Parts: sequence; C-alpha cells; structure tokens
Amino acid sequence: MAANVQLLADAPFLILQLLLDGLMIGAIFAVAAYGMALVWGVMNVINVVQGELVMLGGFITYQLTLWGVSPLWGVPVAALVLFFIGFGLHHAVIRRVADRDMFISLLATFGLSILLQQLMNQIWGGDVRTAESGLGTWFLLDYTVTVSQMKAAACGGAIAIGCALILFLKKSRIGQAIRATAQNPRAARILGIDTNRVFAATYGINAALCGAAGALVVMAYSVHPYIGLPYTVRSFMIVIVAGLGNLPGVIAAGLGLGAAENFAGFILGVQYQVAFVFCLLVVILVIRSSLLQRQRRFLR
Amino acid sequence: MWKGWAGAVGAAALGASVLAAGHAVAKVEGDTVYLGAAVSLTGKYTTAGEHTQRGYDLAVKAINDAGGITVGGETYRLEVIYYDDESTPARGAQLAERLINQDGVAFMLGPYSSGLTKAIAPVTEQYGVPMVEANGASLQLFNKGYRYLFAVLSTTEQYLASAVALAAELAEREGRDLATLKLAGAFENDPFSQDIRAGVLEDAAKFGIQVVVDDQLPPELNDMAATLAKVKAVRPDILVVSGHSKGAALAIRQVQEMRVDVPMLAITHCDSADVIGKFGAASEYTLCASQWAPTLSYRDDVFGSAADFAVTFEAAYGYVPPYQAAESAAAVLVFADAFERAGTFARDAVRDALAATEMQTFYGNVRFDETGKNIAKPMVLYQIQDGAYVVVAPTRWAASEVRHPTPPWSER
Repeated sequence: MAANVQLLADAPFLILQLLLDGLMIGAIFAVAAYGMALVWGVMNVINVVQGELVMLGGFITYQLTLWGVSPLWGVPVAALVLFFIGFGLHHAVIRRVADRDMFISLLATFGLSILLQQLMNQIWGGDVRTAESGLGTWFLLDYTVTVSQMKAAACGGAIAIGCALILFLKKSRIGQAIRATAQNPRAARILGIDTNRVFAATYGINAALCGAAGALVVMAYSVHPYIGLPYTVRSFMIVIVAGLGNLPGVIAAGLGLGAAENFAGFILGVQYQVAFVFCLLVVILVIRSSLLQRQRRFLR
Repeated sequence: MWKGWAGAVGAAALGASVLAAGHAVAKVEGDTVYLGAAVSLTGKYTTAGEHTQRGYDLAVKAINDAGGITVGGETYRLEVIYYDDESTPARGAQLAERLINQDGVAFMLGPYSSGLTKAIAPVTEQYGVPMVEANGASLQLFNKGYRYLFAVLSTTEQYLASAVALAAELAEREGRDLATLKLAGAFENDPFSQDIRAGVLEDAAKFGIQVVVDDQLPPELNDMAATLAKVKAVRPDILVVSGHSKGAALAIRQVQEMRVDVPMLAITHCDSADVIGKFGAASEYTLCASQWAPTLSYRDDVFGSAADFAVTFEAAYGYVPPYQAAESAAAVLVFADAFERAGTFARDAVRDALAATEMQTFYGNVRFDETGKNIAKPMVLYQIQDGAYVVVAPTRWAASEVRHPTPPWSER
C-alpha cells in the first residue's frame, strides 16, 4: 500500500488518470441512479431490477451492431425500447406492488431481476458482449494520460441526460405531475392527476434512463446477463448519499463515488475496491444519521 | 437470437427425451449403457455448458455410428442422460444424487466448471461411481484423495505458467538477467483465477522474476482502469490477466484505450471472449492459454486427427469447436476405452481400467496420476498473429515463432 502511495507521489500524472477514469465511470452510475431516485421518490419502490435494465439496454445496443447499425444509435434506441418495456413491467407487476409494503416491492423487483437475467441469457447467451463505437483515444500531457473518447462521450452524455431530466421534471406537464405525486400522491389524486399514469410514466422513464446507461456501458465496458447487480448497488448508494429528489446531488455523488472507488482500487489494491464502496456507505450513513440527530436535538 | 431459441427448444426436447427414457433406467438396458451428466443449460455457464453437452453428444454419436463399444464380446451403444444444473453447485449435487439413485446411472460425465465439479465429486465418490470430467481444472479437486474422479484436462496452475516460462526463455535469449524481469498480474478473485495466480507466482519465483503488480479483481468489477494505471507506471515486461471472458475483453479493450505498452500480454479465454472478432488489430500479439488447438498433431480412431474433429464439429453445430467441446468429447472416448478394457460394466472394474488409461485421443494424450488428473497433456499457448490464433508454445507444436516484443502503441 505504501508503495502504491509512493508511486502516486512519484508519478503525479497517475492522479489525473485515476480521477478521469473514475469520473467517467461515475457518470454512468449517476444515470442509473437518477432513475432509481425517481422511482423511489415517486413510487416508494426500491427498484432492484435496475442493473438488469442497464444490461438489457446494453444488449439491445449489441443487437443493433449485429444488424450493422452503429452502436451510438443504441443510446436513443435502447432508451426508447426500454421505455416501453418499463411501461409494460409497470402494468404487469409494479402497479400491483407499488402501494404495498416496501418488502413486497423489493421481492417483486428482485424476482423480475432473475427473470430478466435468464431471458437475456436465453436470447444473447452467457458470454460477455461489447460493442465498438469506433472512437479513439485522446492523449494528454505527452502521452502519459489517456482519455478514451468513448468514455468521455459517455460521461458527457450522462450529464446531458441528467440536465434534460431536470428540465423535463421542472417544465413539462407530466414532469410537474410526477413531482406533485412525489410530494403527496393523495393530494395529487384529489387535484385530478391520474397517479397511475404518472407511476407508469415514471417507471418508463426510469427504464429509459437505464437503457441509455446500458448503451454507454456496452460501448465503454462490457455487458453480461449476470453482472447487473453492481449497477443496482451503486445506484442505491448514490441515492442514499444524495437523498431523494436531489438530482444535482445524484450527479455529484455519482462522480465522487466513481473517483473515490478508483483511487481506493489503486492504493489498497483492486481486491478491496468493492469492499471500500461498502465501507464508505456505512460511514456515510453513520455521519448522516448523527447529523440528523444533532438537528433534532436543536429542534427540541 | 435464433441461437437462444434453438437452445430453448433443445432444452425442451431434452426434457422430453429424459421423460421418454423412463425413470427406472438401469445402468445397462438391452444393448445400451447409460452415462449421466448434469450440465449448465441455464444460468451463467449456459454457453460453456452447451459446448460441453455438444462435445459429449458428438462423441457418443461418433462411437455409436462406428458400431458402439465391445464389452465382454457383445456390442453396446452409449447414451447420456442429462439434467440442467442451472449453473448452481447445490443443484448439481442434487442432480448427481438423482442420476445415481433414481436413474440408476453408474458412470458419470462431469459438469462445466470447477465449482460444479467440486460439488458433484463428493457425491460420486460416496456412491463409488466413476466420473470422467473435462471441465473442472482447479487443482483443489485433486488433493482430496478422490478415487473415482478422473480429469482429461490440464489443471489450472498450468494455464499461464507456459507464458512465464516463455518470457524467461526469450529474456535469456536476449542475454538479460532474469532478476531484472518484471511481471504484473491481475487475477479475478474466484477459485479458477486464483489457481492460475498461484501457478504464475510459483513460476515467477522459480525463474527469479520480480512480481511488481499482483491485483485480485473482484468478480463484479467491470473496469480495470485502476490496475492498468499502475501497470503503465511500473512498466513490467509481462502482463498476465485471468478473469474469464470478461477479464479477456476488458484487458484487450482497456490496454488499447489506455495505451499501456507491455512487451508481452498473456490472458485466458481469448476464444470465448472472441477478442479477434471484437477488437481486431488491438488483439494482435496477445498470448492466450488453451487446453487444445485444432492444429495439434494428436489423433485417434474415432474422430481421426484434431483437425478432423474440428471439421466434424463444425459440420454438426456450425462453429469452430472451442476447447471446452473438444475436452468433453475426449472424456467420452476415455470412458469407451475403459469399458472395453474392463470387459464388464462393474463399477470398480471400470474404475481400475480408468486409472490404468494410457491412450492418445485427438485432444491429447491421456494418462492419470494417482489423484486422477491427466499428466500426459501440456497446455498450449496461442499468439494472435495477423488475425488468427497461432500456436507458439510448447515448441513441439509451434506453428510459428512468437512475435516478441509487442511494439509500443505509438508504432502500431
């Protein structure tokens, strides 16, 4: 470990490299996390199937490449296809569990994740899939720092998607209805908002976000039917850290988590990279709850 | 997409055939001797499980078409009863019990993966049922004192050891002191890759090579940036990556993206990750460990040469056989040979015949040591040269000289 820190001190360009790589993967985590925050905030459902929806977006993009279409089209196409799949899933399953105990919806979405895993496995097989965007690499500081153009594009895309989502929720009619329902579903219903439609739209939008994220993942990293879980866990963490209904917070937490994770992997060794993420989660939860307690004491 | 459907239909047909076979199948029924196997037809090993099953099926068909096996003066046909283990060890162990107790199977073929084999071996051992397996390479399978377990493949610690030896040989040829040679390794944190890691570290120690990076990738990790940044900074002479197909795909892609210049990159699972098809020129110079190659000069009476097997397999299934299919087919050949030499279907006689196996198959020579692992077949090392896999080590089968060192990215 000391040797790794020494290495960072000897070669400061590594710090920049790790930071950039971390921010780029963090941006993708953030997109999936927006969706999770939405569904959680509006419908009070913790969507465990998040990671599988991301993988599905990746596989749809991969399928496009098999048909000879550039995978860059995968971002809008996967988002669109996933929107309808999300809509369908809501109609078939989520609608029936949304207003029940959270445990029921956890179980239901967990079941959906197993179902989707196996479906993807049957359709595309159990191999790792990647799609080549054909983009190259940028070199900084005399070839010492490299930035994959695909990852940079993924990062930019993720931030653009986030901004678009914030605007959509603020300005559009359905966005306003979603926010109203999140604040108080009963009052929203009394005021004439069809909350069922709002829920369906929310879940569809979440799936679309995951689809777009998946398209970015298959171009920048890889997809496999059974590696969706890390995306679910990271989304969950980011939402916990940022809080519900705080989309700029989600972007910041996503980027921060990606960078912190990458530094931890370098300094502690990658075998502790995932462990570090979970330790960080515990620390943040402890700090958060102690801060909240202090506030309450003050109020008393 | 059609492949997935074909798989589903195949699984359904399989289920039907299992039902048709009836539940009171004796180990030998009329002129048919039944072998049992749990293979992964659903779950995360689906693809490899399919290769395994196709290897078994092809060998059974070839043997039956050639007139079957002669045991005690009578000829018998082979047939395999399959169940889907869902890629989970617990299910595999259950199905092994079922095959033995309910279906009356007295001879087992192995499942796919070391994990599943580890779960099934105690069951077959308990019932004294001989199992010839072709897809469990972990060394830990062979230090438990199992008597009824036989493996036709090379064990894991040999996978990339040949790459380390090759690096040492090349350095010596250049007149370099081996102590100045630096090795970086990234191994997934699972039993298979950790066995490979143990083999690589042992060989590095043997040659006196320094290990400068030794990262263990969590299985859920989908990014190697942190490891590769380190590799780039310490400039090793050889980079070894083992992490199934995901590790292979990530290594090739990210080494290229991050412009990591290393003179030698050695990985596993090149063909199952289809690195040539996916990454084209970026995969050039990569060394890949393999159990088998169609260009090897082994042969047998059932399939002919290794190349003949590849042709037969491709005609039947439409793709070049990966080594998983080849070793699975070899397991059936080993069983057939043991039956004929034993001259009976008594379990212990067959077990002893298996232990005394000494044969050549298209897949390689087979001779088991007392722990049941095949010690007569070396691993081969491919290098990707001009968009094709070319055997470069061991020298006896080398079709071409290894291209070394890999030029830096600025010149590629």
